[in-house]
Amino acid sequence: MAKAIDFLTRTRGHGKLHWTDWFTYAYLLFGILLMFGPVVWLVMSSFKTDAELDRFPPRFLPYAAQTVELEGYSKPLPLYKVVSGELAGETVAQVRRIGLTSQVVRLDAPDQIVKIGLKDREPIERISIATENYTNLFSKFDFLRFFWNSTFITVVATVIMLIVNSMAAFALAKYKFSGRAAVMAMVIGVLMIPQTVVLVPLFIVTKELGMLDSLWGVIVPGAATPTGIFLLRQYMLTIPDEILDAARMDKASEWKIYWRIVLPLSAPAIAVLAILAIMWRWNDFLWPLIALSRSDNFTLQLALNSFQGEMTTQWSSLLAMTVLTLLPVALVFAFLQKYIATGIASTGGK
Amino acid sequence: MIRIVSFFMDLIDIPMRHAQRYLRGHSIAWVFLFPNLVLFGLFAFLPILLNVAYAFTGTDNIMLWDRTYVAGENFAALTACSNYLDANSCELDLFWRSVHNTLLFIVLQVGIMVGVSLVTALILNRRIRARGFFRSVFFFPVLLSPVVVALIWKWILQRNGLMNAGLEQLGLERVVWMLDRNWAFAWSVFLSVWAHMGFYTLILLAGLQAIPRDVYDAATMDAAKPFRTFYRITLPLLMPTMLVVMVLALIKGVQTFDEVYAFTGGGPGSATTLIIQYIYETGFAGAPRLFGLASAASIILALVLAALTFLQLKFTRRNADG
Repeated sequence: MAKAIDFLTRTRGHGKLHWTDWFTYAYLLFGILLMFGPVVWLVMSSFKTDAELDRFPPRFLPYAAQTVELEGYSKPLPLYKVVSGELAGETVAQVRRIGLTSQVVRLDAPDQIVKIGLKDREPIERISIATENYTNLFSKFDFLRFFWNSTFITVVATVIMLIVNSMAAFALAKYKFSGRAAVMAMVIGVLMIPQTVVLVPLFIVTKELGMLDSLWGVIVPGAATPTGIFLLRQYMLTIPDEILDAARMDKASEWKIYWRIVLPLSAPAIAVLAILAIMWRWNDFLWPLIALSRSDNFTLQLALNSFQGEMTTQWSSLLAMTVLTLLPVALVFAFLQKYIATGIASTGGK
Repeated sequence: MIRIVSFFMDLIDIPMRHAQRYLRGHSIAWVFLFPNLVLFGLFAFLPILLNVAYAFTGTDNIMLWDRTYVAGENFAALTACSNYLDANSCELDLFWRSVHNTLLFIVLQVGIMVGVSLVTALILNRRIRARGFFRSVFFFPVLLSPVVVALIWKWILQRNGLMNAGLEQLGLERVVWMLDRNWAFAWSVFLSVWAHMGFYTLILLAGLQAIPRDVYDAATMDAAKPFRTFYRITLPLLMPTMLVVMVLALIKGVQTFDEVYAFTGGGPGSATTLIIQYIYETGFAGAPRLFGLASAASIILALVLAALTFLQLKFTRRNADG
């Protein structure tokens, strides 16, 4: 412990801790609590039973009442410890509750009902993980369908975007054709037209192309991004032209040069763009909300949003679904956070 | 997956070789640009033109040829106000309420965001252990989807939630946060800052680390006080990055929709209805669907955003040059 404190409080260079160092670490500790705390709380809550979710004040760990199956009763009965009265100290099972009295039976005499006051008993609880919150998602809701929709949109849209954008970036980085400046200006122009300001016409174009209310209607409209072109072009500019010229000497076609030489060499930039695209698509909300109307086609985000309206009291399923929705992102974060940080820093977001 | 893609990509080579024979020199570039330009044309430039066409036509017909030309009627309706500061005096009071909400939202959100991000970046820029870890701690919520962010906080702020339990611990009354106009608005600002501050912290941190060390060494030589160093060196040298961050935050702030919509649904009443939600509900969620009005509102928004983006490009370019 002392070593741990020593490690944490050691400063680089300076000998003693200044008050600003204390402030720094206090701030960082608060940051961890504020940023991770809510997510941890969500995950913990998603393992709680409905009864435990309703409890106020809430507890951190998921407790559930311990139950016992007794002969003559169809359902498992919750166990209680009697704290006062005649039966003090004994463990009983509650058959039913009427007003302020509770009808209980001893475990060894299941047919002899005894009435005790509610205040005389305490529930016997243990930490238990309510996995049914999760299994219900698969049996009661069409969770797999939403998951598939989200995955399909994310994967296909990312692949299309990488191909289309890298082709354009290749053309803009490696050819000197008349009109290049105009195309660059156009790309900047698109940067100035965010999706949010063309919702109505985008809806109509998508409708006219017959893609409304299908997954393609979500995939295609955002398939080409100016950000992707900028990011890839910037990287491709660093690939020396001599390599391309050497390939041309060997009679490689321009397409082969793009596909077999430039694209593999741009792998780092492609990777960054792929991660960004996956995040954008997985988390996308407004456009799918407009383009998709049948719940069969809903993505996870849409399903979550529409369920929270319907299931205001059904927090157990909602919380489990939220956890499953953020899980892929959390995994990506855990393994690839370095790329994401550099990617976002270099593109300025979307 | 990769194999399928690879197969098709090799297949494309055949027509491309033919194209190459007919196109002289660098004109082959257009073939590479073609798919992208089609997508941009269909889903960016055509919509911009259509937006104008819809904004100047009326009725609730979808097809353009079924609509009647109404000149500036939609814009007139949107701007018909006897007092722009009082939404109730406007013909379309909900539009103005959403404009007021959005203005207040971005003033608070951008202000708090830049402040908090700056403090966080300054702290992360100190000589601390495990900087990479702490940087990602603050960055983590950026990756969460807006709906997930909204649900996380909704769960904490519900009647029997963690926040109310905390209040009761302190001996205070429970609050039904989501039914109170001001609290719902305040929490919307809060969760939006919570979700996005990591992104701006990252940019500011990069800006801080770009300040040359020897400037600080010189200040130490002159025995400058820390606060003086901050005001005279750090802040001026960080200003270009600050400007970019501010404009970026404004551009995104004006377009806020997802997390607030999933969090409050715009309510209670219209207390947290922002401009994008107004456009969405006017054009898509209500009946009849008022495409003209939604388009007109979009165009007003587009002008604001274009001006902001122009500023952003200008500041970014100046940064790159400087």
